[in-house]
Amino acid sequence: MTRSVVVISAGVSQPSSTRLLADRLAEAVVAALAGHGEQALVEVIEVREVAHEVVNATLTGFAGAALAQTQAAVAAADALVVVGPVFTAGPAGLLKSFVDTLDPDSLAGTPVLLAATGGTPRHSLVPDYAMRPWFAYLRADVVPTTVFAATDDWATDGGDRLASLPDRITRAAGELAGRVAARPTTARAGRYDDVPSFDDLLGGAGLS
Amino acid sequence: MQFGIFSVGDVTPDPHTGRAPTDTERVRSMLTIAEHADAAGLDVFATGEHHNPPFVPSSPTTMLGYLAGRTTQITLSTATTLITTNDPVRIAEEYAMLQVIADGRMDVMLGRGNTGPVYPWFGKDIRQGINLAVENYALLRRLWTQDVVDWSGQFRTPLQGFTSTPRPLDGVPPFVWHASIRSPEIAEQAAYYGDGFLHNAIFWPLEHTAAMIAFYRQRYEHHGHGRADQAIVGLGGQVFLRKQSQRAWDEFRPYFDEAPVYGHGPSMEEFTRETPLTVGSPQQAIDRYGALWEQMGHYQRQLFLVDHAGLPLKTVLEQIDILAEDVVPVLRREAEARRPADVPSAAPTHAELVAAARAAGTQPAVGPATTGDRWTGRTAEDDLAAADAATVARS
Repeated sequence: MTRSVVVISAGVSQPSSTRLLADRLAEAVVAALAGHGEQALVEVIEVREVAHEVVNATLTGFAGAALAQTQAAVAAADALVVVGPVFTAGPAGLLKSFVDTLDPDSLAGTPVLLAATGGTPRHSLVPDYAMRPWFAYLRADVVPTTVFAATDDWATDGGDRLASLPDRITRAAGELAGRVAARPTTARAGRYDDVPSFDDLLGGAGLS
Repeated sequence: MQFGIFSVGDVTPDPHTGRAPTDTERVRSMLTIAEHADAAGLDVFATGEHHNPPFVPSSPTTMLGYLAGRTTQITLSTATTLITTNDPVRIAEEYAMLQVIADGRMDVMLGRGNTGPVYPWFGKDIRQGINLAVENYALLRRLWTQDVVDWSGQFRTPLQGFTSTPRPLDGVPPFVWHASIRSPEIAEQAAYYGDGFLHNAIFWPLEHTAAMIAFYRQRYEHHGHGRADQAIVGLGGQVFLRKQSQRAWDEFRPYFDEAPVYGHGPSMEEFTRETPLTVGSPQQAIDRYGALWEQMGHYQRQLFLVDHAGLPLKTVLEQIDILAEDVVPVLRREAEARRPADVPSAAPTHAELVAAARAAGTQPAVGPATTGDRWTGRTAEDDLAAADAATVARS
């Protein structure tokens, strides 16, 4: 079975260490899925490319064509890898603004891997204390291991000799692949398939 | 097909002068705009209902009742009446009163509102928005169709032996539209009752509007009110027009750039591409709106927003003239030419509703009615002249 892995990368420079980490994670997820006998189709969304539409959607409440396309890809994903840079002690606001434009129901149950990049390891918990609550609210299935890559982590030994960046990537990707392999392919309902019938609506109002 | 205007009654500074009208000036400008639209020959004037600045129209039936006496032909309506936070008993009373005063030249469009704090201000829970719309409308219908109502629901004090007065004109309630931008549940509600459904498309890509309209049509047929293409559909729209396209573009841009809702967001180029906002010549409006039926099917009512974002009153009146003289006659003619004979041309008028009630036998043939208006003795049967006129007009 081919699984759709959508990678959201919110780095703003070109090239960015955020995208570098995103690509490493994507490779690791593909390899881990192969271990489960699953093929993967990876789609990378660079938030920068829809940044203006994210702002417009924030102001107007509706998504332009390119943003709507990325929203649809996210909603249809079997797995999501979300990577953002840390700015001013938190995830880049651009990433949060992008997440804000998603349909709140579109990620329910979707396995998600969270990761972030930053200048120093002192921001290592940003994915856990700042990003995890977003996806908890969206009822996504966030894997236990998050990956934070500080500048030092890109040194040859991965900065940390006990749990190096490659080790953490492999562990997180393994957790994500396990979740994906254990669930059926995401099949979101059609746009209005879930609309309750009017009898149900009347029941909801206590009138039936 | 009906063409009209709707106003949200926003008080917005004119970007050229920085001056905003006072509330009093804005209310009076709305009255002038409505009377001008009537004189110009537009079909509908609809006012919004708001309970927070910078919007002035808090009391639609007061405004529309005055306009009923000042206008001659235009259908008076709302965009929208808040079904969630108003007591449905007051809606039943106020709009039946308006219906009587306007001699049936009105209808009403229900919506949930778009301002969160209005719910708590009126003692309601916004998370119950859909349920409030469902329950309140169920009660509203009973208050209009039954003389004596016993009621108990989740959201208001129970009623025992309550009669809403005045009884609807000729025993026939006003035609009701339901409007929603995002919520298919409201399209389902409109379809269930066979009421009209309006999608205010002005801030949304047309693809979204088309999907919502298609869903309403399909559910209208499902609930047995007719074929999908016979459902009663309305659309919101927005234009700024001058004879020369470039002049319209230059004149509107400062207002667009500072407008509430979309100002400082998408560029006018993006917004005119993705939403129905049309800035340009009358012919460009004709081309754009004259093609909407290809996506939406033949529809019955097109409303335009023309008086917002701080546009001067004089400009707004000019916009109404351009619509009425150079745009609407063409759109109306084209719509009529392609409309299948068994698809309604417009939302039903009061006379047509009376005729339909008579044809359906939902009113007793003679004598004091039990389901009509027992207080005045009037029923749909009594308005024979109106019913006959409607029957003749439709055949």
